Amino acid sequence: MSDNQRGPRGPAQTPARNTSQTLGEMLAERGVSRRSFLKFASYTASIMALPPTAATAIAQGLAAARRQSVIWLSFQECTGCTESITRAYSPSIEDLIFDFISLDYHHTLQNASGHAAEAAREAAMRENAGEYIVVVDGSVPLKDDGIYSTIAGISNLQMLQETVKDAFAVIAVGSCAAFGGIPGANPNPTGAVPISEIVTDKPLINISGCPPIAEAMTGTIAYLLSFGSIPELDHLGRPKAFFGEAIHDRCYRRPFYERGMFAKSFDDEGARQGWCLFEVGCKGPVTYNACATLKWNGGVSFPIQSGHGCLGCSEPGFWDLGGFYKPLSTAKGDPLKWAAGAAIAGAALGVGSAAIARSRRKKALKAAAPATPKALEKEK
Amino acid sequence: MELLEFARGPALTFAISVFIAGVVFRIVSLFLMWRTRDSSEGSPRQRSVVLAALRELGRRMWPFAPYRQRTLFALINGYVFHIGLALIVFFLAAHILFIDDLLGLSWPSLPNNVIYAISVITAVSLIAALAMRVANPPQRIISTFDDYFSWFVTFLPVVTGIIATSHLGARYETLLGLHILSVALFLVWLPFGKLMHWFLVFVTRSQTGAHLSHRGAQL
Repeated sequence: MSDNQRGPRGPAQTPARNTSQTLGEMLAERGVSRRSFLKFASYTASIMALPPTAATAIAQGLAAARRQSVIWLSFQECTGCTESITRAYSPSIEDLIFDFISLDYHHTLQNASGHAAEAAREAAMRENAGEYIVVVDGSVPLKDDGIYSTIAGISNLQMLQETVKDAFAVIAVGSCAAFGGIPGANPNPTGAVPISEIVTDKPLINISGCPPIAEAMTGTIAYLLSFGSIPELDHLGRPKAFFGEAIHDRCYRRPFYERGMFAKSFDDEGARQGWCLFEVGCKGPVTYNACATLKWNGGVSFPIQSGHGCLGCSEPGFWDLGGFYKPLSTAKGDPLKWAAGAAIAGAALGVGSAAIARSRRKKALKAAAPATPKALEKEK
Repeated sequence: MELLEFARGPALTFAISVFIAGVVFRIVSLFLMWRTRDSSEGSPRQRSVVLAALRELGRRMWPFAPYRQRTLFALINGYVFHIGLALIVFFLAAHILFIDDLLGLSWPSLPNNVIYAISVITAVSLIAALAMRVANPPQRIISTFDDYFSWFVTFLPVVTGIIATSHLGARYETLLGLHILSVALFLVWLPFGKLMHWFLVFVTRSQTGAHLSHRGAQL
């Protein structure tokens, strides 16, 4: 389906939605054949590493799913995550799912503004209490009572706490929401924290990345809609299906790493030959994401394929890893910053200890009675 | 990731600082120490100090004829792990990157799998060195905490390095973090134990040679 064939995106201006229609009905109404729908279900099952039988479950679950209310909160972020999800590949169906979910509140995509926008959020919360999903992109500033980011005069913290109270599940989208990201990078002037530090009593899924891969977002939402439960997560709360393997382990340039064939700069022979980018700072070995397998823009390419090392954007603190172009095996910062001081301190200690030893020796010699015949007599 | 960040950052900075301070302290205090002059005339057979020192340095690099049988294995094993350690430290691509970043010096590397093989040989050689120390009663009796701990901090980076490059048991960032921490431990301990022979081996052997020669030992 081409762009101009797509229906209008984003939430309607009024919060009242037709929640009785199932996804199956809506797709049929829009002329999506059952065959393409099943294809989508098996695609989703396969990218999430689910057994083949799950494809049927997904198809059934999705077909019967009712319109899901989603409240999307944007805090300290750059809207890159929204840019990414609106460019989800295999648009015909994922796009429709995106249309199908009732996106009741989203700064960038909604038409309403001002009080009407906030009223839409409140209405969605009221009408779908206990059932709506909250998607958050951006971190939450806590310093100085959170004054660094407010929406409609409400601090991000307050809005999050309020909105999450009656949510079914929370999805933290992007590295800012998942781990603090760039707002949380050193020196973190706003006291930014990830969503996981605030939301502790609701199911929370982190979909990290700067931005996350569109399929990781739509796949997770599809899973939630089909099964009504949370997919298997790793120790950082990310769906294992997308964040289970290191980019390095799935990188097509890996054989060059093993053979010790590295690009030494971005314009040398190695770079032109497509050798491993470890020496120019690739963070692939410590980054867990599906870039090397799902790739971007519908499987066209991913950063390493385009000749740039991985920045590690789906990992906590990636901004402060010591430099994008510094190899992983080097020290972070300047480990020699205290070297001169250490050498001076060591020398001073050495001189001091030698001086003490010498003075002790002198004292001992002085204190020892001279071995005169008289003294020896006395000792007897 | 936090472990790796801690290892690459504060831990390494701390370890390198302690290493530099400790080494300078040991060397300065050693050379400024009061040395009582040996005023004795010495043996008529004594050599010049420099020659005696050089002879001792050369002699200790080769098996000593009367004990050849007994010391040959220990000597060869010593060579194996010393050369192995030097090759690992200075010729693995990742290590050269580290040194280049630190000091701006770089040179060609050996392929990863060659260093991997050398690491395994070195690890086995280090185990053999420990086994000899424990199995030989006189050596065991004179061994102190320093001997065992110095062995441990040397062995640890070799093993964690092997595990990290083969991605065994845990995530790569955890393994790399542990490897760097083990190196930090090595650097912190180096100036304060027998590993100080990194810097003092030729000094102490020269001193011994000069001293023995003064006494007239013909070695």
